[in-house]
Amino acid sequence: MTLRPDPTFHATAALAMQAPVENHGFTVMLSPGGDLPDGIAVVDLNPKSKTYGQIVHQVIMPNKGDEFHHFGWNACSSSLSPLSGHAFLERRYLIVPGIRSSRIYIIDVKDPLQAKIHKIIEPEEVFAKTGYSRPHTIHCGPEGIYVSTLGGGGADGTDGPPGIFIMDCETFEIIGQYEMDRGKQDKHYDFWWNLPQDYMVSSEWALPPQFENGIVPEDLLSNKYGHSIHFWDLRKRKNIQTIDLGANHQMALEIRPAHDPKKSYGFCGVVVDTTNLQGAIFTWWRGEDGTWQAKKTITIDPRPEDPANLPPLLQGFGAVPPLVTDIDLSLDDKYLYVACWGMGEMHQYDVSDPMNPVLTGKVELGGIARGAKHPIGKDFVFGPQMVEISRDGKRVYWTNSLYSTWDEQFYPGQEGGQMVMANVGENGGLTLDKDFYVDFPKGYRAHQIRLEGGDCSTDSFCYPNV
Amino acid sequence: MELDTSTMTALWGAVIVSGLYHGINPGMGWPLAVSAGLMEGRHVALPKALGALAAGHLLAMLAILLPFSVMSVLVGWQMEIRIGAGALVVAMGLYLLINRRHPKVLARIHPTRLVLWSFLAAMAHGAGLMLVPIYLGICGLDVGQGGHEAARQLMGPNIASAFIVALAHTAAMTVAGGLIAVAVYFWLGLRFLSRTWFNLDVVWALSLVLVGLFGIYFAYNGH
Repeated sequence: MTLRPDPTFHATAALAMQAPVENHGFTVMLSPGGDLPDGIAVVDLNPKSKTYGQIVHQVIMPNKGDEFHHFGWNACSSSLSPLSGHAFLERRYLIVPGIRSSRIYIIDVKDPLQAKIHKIIEPEEVFAKTGYSRPHTIHCGPEGIYVSTLGGGGADGTDGPPGIFIMDCETFEIIGQYEMDRGKQDKHYDFWWNLPQDYMVSSEWALPPQFENGIVPEDLLSNKYGHSIHFWDLRKRKNIQTIDLGANHQMALEIRPAHDPKKSYGFCGVVVDTTNLQGAIFTWWRGEDGTWQAKKTITIDPRPEDPANLPPLLQGFGAVPPLVTDIDLSLDDKYLYVACWGMGEMHQYDVSDPMNPVLTGKVELGGIARGAKHPIGKDFVFGPQMVEISRDGKRVYWTNSLYSTWDEQFYPGQEGGQMVMANVGENGGLTLDKDFYVDFPKGYRAHQIRLEGGDCSTDSFCYPNV
Repeated sequence: MELDTSTMTALWGAVIVSGLYHGINPGMGWPLAVSAGLMEGRHVALPKALGALAAGHLLAMLAILLPFSVMSVLVGWQMEIRIGAGALVVAMGLYLLINRRHPKVLARIHPTRLVLWSFLAAMAHGAGLMLVPIYLGICGLDVGQGGHEAARQLMGPNIASAFIVALAHTAAMTVAGGLIAVAVYFWLGLRFLSRTWFNLDVVWALSLVLVGLFGIYFAYNGH
C-alpha cells in the first residue's frame, strides 16, 4: 500500500502515452522440452545505456517443464477505477503461469536488475481451488487478478470446460472460478474487457490434447479448433452472446478491445481459414440494438511455395499460410500490428476506421521457406510472433517462438530465440532497428514481452480520452 | 446558555465539516461523477451522477442515524447510549485500521447503479457512524434545554433532527465532491485524478476513532 497512486497508473490511454518511456522489458525464456528451467529475461531498453539491447538479468525458476507463455501484472491503470477505489497498489509483481505445469510464479520486479521470485503457487492448489488447469492470460481487474486457463480438470485437462479464475491482487491467494453462467463456452484462450461498459470478450484456441503434443492436422482440417468469441456481462459473470466466426476460421486467439473505454469495438485475430489458408482479423462491435456483431475486416493471403521447401505438415498445400498468431493495438487505437508467424511478416494496419483497416507498414523477417535475415545480417528463427508496442506507440518489439511443439512442426530443425524492435514512422510505416537485436542464451526460446510501467496489452483504462 | 450555543455551533459545524471531508474523499465517489460525464459525453450526466451519489449517501446516513433517534425514547439511558455509540465508532475505526483490505463488493456493482454504490461505499467505510456522536450531541443539547419532556414527545424532534443532520451533511458532501468533479471535468483534466488521489485510509480510520472518543468524552461531561 502506498500513499499516492503508482505513477504508472494512468486515468486514460492518452495520459499513458505521454508517460516516460520504458527502460526495461521482461521477456519469457522458454526451454523447449523442459531441458532447462524456464525464466524471465530482463532486457535493457534504454538507448542511452551501455547495456542497451542486452539481457541484464535473468530470473531462472527452480522447476523444469513449466512452459512459460503469457504473463501479466498484479496491478495496472484499472486500479484507478472510480468504483473500486483501489488506487494504492503497486505495479510490482509479474504473474507468470506455466501452461504445461499449471504452476504460477509471482515475480517481484520492483528493481528490475534484482528481480526475484516472491511466491510460487503449486499446480495442486490451482486444480483444487478452480477445477481448471493450464493457466494462461493475466489481466488485473476490478476484484483482483483474472487468469484464463486452457484446460479443465483431469490429467489431460478435458474433465470439464476451461475458464477464468480470480486471484487476490495483494495476497495472491486463489479465490475461485469466475463464471456463473458460461453458456456455450467450452474452450478458452484470451480475454479482455471494457470496465466502464462492463463487458468482457473471450476467445478459443483448443483443448489441451489438441495442442500439447503438437498441432493435430486431422482436427484442424475437420475444423475442431476454436472458432467462436464470447461476450460476457462482466460483473454478472454471465455469457450474454456467442458469435461463431464460422467453423473454417480456426483458432480465434487474441482479443484486443479499443483502449478508449468510450468505444465499443475491438479486434480478434484468426490463425487460419481452412478453406483457403488465409489469416484473418475480425472487427467486433456493439450494434445499435445492443447486440454484438463481428465482421472479417482483414484477410492475408497465403504465399504459394514449392512443396519441396515446405515442412511435411504443409507439403500437401503447396503454400505458406500467414498464420496470424498475435495482434496488438497501439494505445491511441490507431495501429493494429499483426504477426504473420508462418509467412515471416509483421504487418501494421491503420485501424482509425475499424471497419476499413488499411495496410500501412510491413517488415519481412524469418518465415517458412524464406528465412529473411535481420538487416544486421543475423538470422531470425521461426517468424515474428509475440508483439508488444511501447506506450507512446513509437517502438514495436517482438519475439519468435509460438509454442514449443508447434515450432518444431512448422520450422523443423530450427532453434533459438530472438527479440527485435522496429520503429514506427511519423505517418505509419515500420522499420527494423539496427541497434536492437537480442539473441537469447543457448537452449532458450523467447515468447511474450512485458514493458516496465505497462504496455499496450496490459493496462485497462477506466476513463475515456478527453 | 452561552456555552451551549457555542457547543451547538461547533456540533453543526462538525456536521458540515464531516460532509466536506467525505465529499473530497475519492472513495465517496466524485471520480464516478467525472467518469459518468465523460463516458456519456454530455455535461448533464455529471450533475445526474452527483445527485445519485448524494441520494445513496443520504440513505446511508439515515440508515445509521434513524435507529439512534428511535433509541432516544430511552431517555433515562441517554448517557449509556452515547457512550455505547462512541465505543462503536471507535471500534469501526480500529477495525478499518487493522483490516486494510478494500471492500471487494463495491467492484461488483454495475457502473451505472450509483445510488446503490454510494450507499454501500458509505456503509462499508463507516461514513454514517462518523456522524452518530455528533448527532447524539445535538440531541443531548435539546434535552438539556427542554427539561423533562416525555419520551414520546422527544422522539419526533429527534427524528426530525436526524433528517436535518443527514441532509446538511450530504449537502456539504455533494458541494465539496461536486466542486472537485466539476473542476476536474471542465478544467483540470484527468491527470489531476491520479496526482491528487491520496491514500486516506489511515486518516479516515483515525477520524472515526477520534470522533468516537469525543462522543464518549462529551457524554461524560453532559453535552
